[in-house]
Amino acid sequence: MKTLLKIFEWATLRIERGAKERNHPVYKPYTNGIIAKEPTSLVEEMTEIRRSGSNRDLDGAFEMSDIFYFCRRGLESIVDDEVTKRFSAEELESWNLLTRSNYNFQHISTRLTVLWGLGVFIRYGFLLPLRVTLAFTGVSCLVVLTTLVGYLPSGRVKNFLSETAHLMCYRICVRALTAIITYHHSENKPKNGGICVANHTSPIDVIILASDGCYAMVGQTHGGLMGFIQRAMVRACPHIWFERSEVKDRHLVAKRLSDHVQDKSKLPILIFPEGTCINNTSVMMFKKGSFEIGCTVYPVAIKYDPRFGEAFWNSSKYGMVNYLLRMMSSWAIVCSVWYLPPMSREEGEDAVQFANRVKAAIARQGGLVDMLWDGGLKRGKVKDTFKEEQQKLYSKILVGTQEDRSRS
Amino acid sequence: MGLPLVESALQWNSGILNANRDPKNDDVEFQITRLYSRFHSLDKGENGALSREDFQRIPELAINPLGDRIINAFFPEGEDQVNFRGFMRTLAHFRPVEDNEKSKGHDASEPLNSRNNKLLFAFRLYDLDRDDKISRDELLQVLRMMVGVNISDEQLGSIADRTIQEADTNGDMSISFSEFIKVLEKVDVEQKMSIRFLH
Repeated sequence: MKTLLKIFEWATLRIERGAKERNHPVYKPYTNGIIAKEPTSLVEEMTEIRRSGSNRDLDGAFEMSDIFYFCRRGLESIVDDEVTKRFSAEELESWNLLTRSNYNFQHISTRLTVLWGLGVFIRYGFLLPLRVTLAFTGVSCLVVLTTLVGYLPSGRVKNFLSETAHLMCYRICVRALTAIITYHHSENKPKNGGICVANHTSPIDVIILASDGCYAMVGQTHGGLMGFIQRAMVRACPHIWFERSEVKDRHLVAKRLSDHVQDKSKLPILIFPEGTCINNTSVMMFKKGSFEIGCTVYPVAIKYDPRFGEAFWNSSKYGMVNYLLRMMSSWAIVCSVWYLPPMSREEGEDAVQFANRVKAAIARQGGLVDMLWDGGLKRGKVKDTFKEEQQKLYSKILVGTQEDRSRS
Repeated sequence: MGLPLVESALQWNSGILNANRDPKNDDVEFQITRLYSRFHSLDKGENGALSREDFQRIPELAINPLGDRIINAFFPEGEDQVNFRGFMRTLAHFRPVEDNEKSKGHDASEPLNSRNNKLLFAFRLYDLDRDDKISRDELLQVLRMMVGVNISDEQLGSIADRTIQEADTNGDMSISFSEFIKVLEKVDVEQKMSIRFLH
């Protein structure tokens, strides 16, 4: 592993040197944003502009310079905004010998190309076929074993066998991806009758968590191969699969979840409250549905190391098969899983506040940025309420202090 | 990334690009490369030009009360697409003004990021019909965009009237560019209308 890292660093330095020699501009990724943004608020900045302009405080009159604030904020967001960059793969500081993560792909030196060629040969010729075979074995084992276990009568033996079967098959799948996982704080592993929440980066998250403990999955019923697998899994232990029509009915969803949770013999439910895949640099808004049920929540933070393989699934760019192929032809998937201590809703806290508290804990542990934006912005438009908030704030500046004046 | 990039560099620097390895030019090249990559990531249709929808996909811009006006500033008269050169040209207004920056020799026109041109950019946000005057209606429109539904028409009208009264010196009930400059002469425009790059 360490040798691989050293090779990557050497490769990057080589590229930079080569680029300087030929006067080519080198693309440098910066994870902290490319422009200096001042974190001042609307009120602070307006006061500053007005004070410098006309020696007057915010006394309720409109100033023509007020638009400067909105103007600059708008331009800043055009150059670099916080949200859209969360929906594409993270940029790496050093090159990891994969074409897909190289932004300066030009011929720099023969040595580098040879190294890259060797890497391609190893990955596609050797690692990929091995992994694909393992994947097939894993999935077929899962289906076969769960069906067999399903024929047994319900009881302790069945549960034990189903757990063993699930764990074994998921571990095979993990090998199939060469995922190197480090689990931290296993004493906090989710127990029966609770809900496990985690940040979502890719479908692989499920396999990673499920290879260390047994969970009840939640999801939509699919047709075809996925549906076949789902039906097999349900025979062995109770998962929660929803029909497409049932998904819209939030009460039905909540009821089924709470029924499952109240039955202490059933496994903890695994839920990803973000609702969509985010690129593992930040945690976006948690949907409050799963936090309204009122049981213990076990937060889990998952952080991938992108230097060996990018795990984020950009579903608008790549389909599932394409994604799996890219996964299997990277060097490895390296990630860390932290089990955080369980949390429950406190007195006087509503679901949204609880969700935010859990989100903050996950973000802090995983070293991710905690954001209030909705992951649904990947595909949908932003709600107008945010704009109205800004307008309200500005109106207060214009009008609010005028009322003080008329009173005095 | 060849020719358009160099032409944009010209726009950006408002002068002749120095061919020597001046460290300042490394910064300029770096900024241009970053902005090109940003342009590319915004261009979902991959046709080398941005449309208004591409801009509106940025959530922070969509919630900005003046978002639509700012987007408009990028598109020249009557056009629906802006290419990289146009993108850079508009952004060039927001380059910070450096003290030692002088016109590079035979360049008679002002650089795009001079104080005057920054003020002109702001003026054009108000002056929608480009008649070089901000009328009462145009002022009301911008005010309405910034306050939403929180202030009544009468109150907004009186705010607009008072602003015009204070700024108007030649009595034509509208604000010309020179009157605009006079009103804002003490405001630190260079700092408020600049975007600084991190290195």
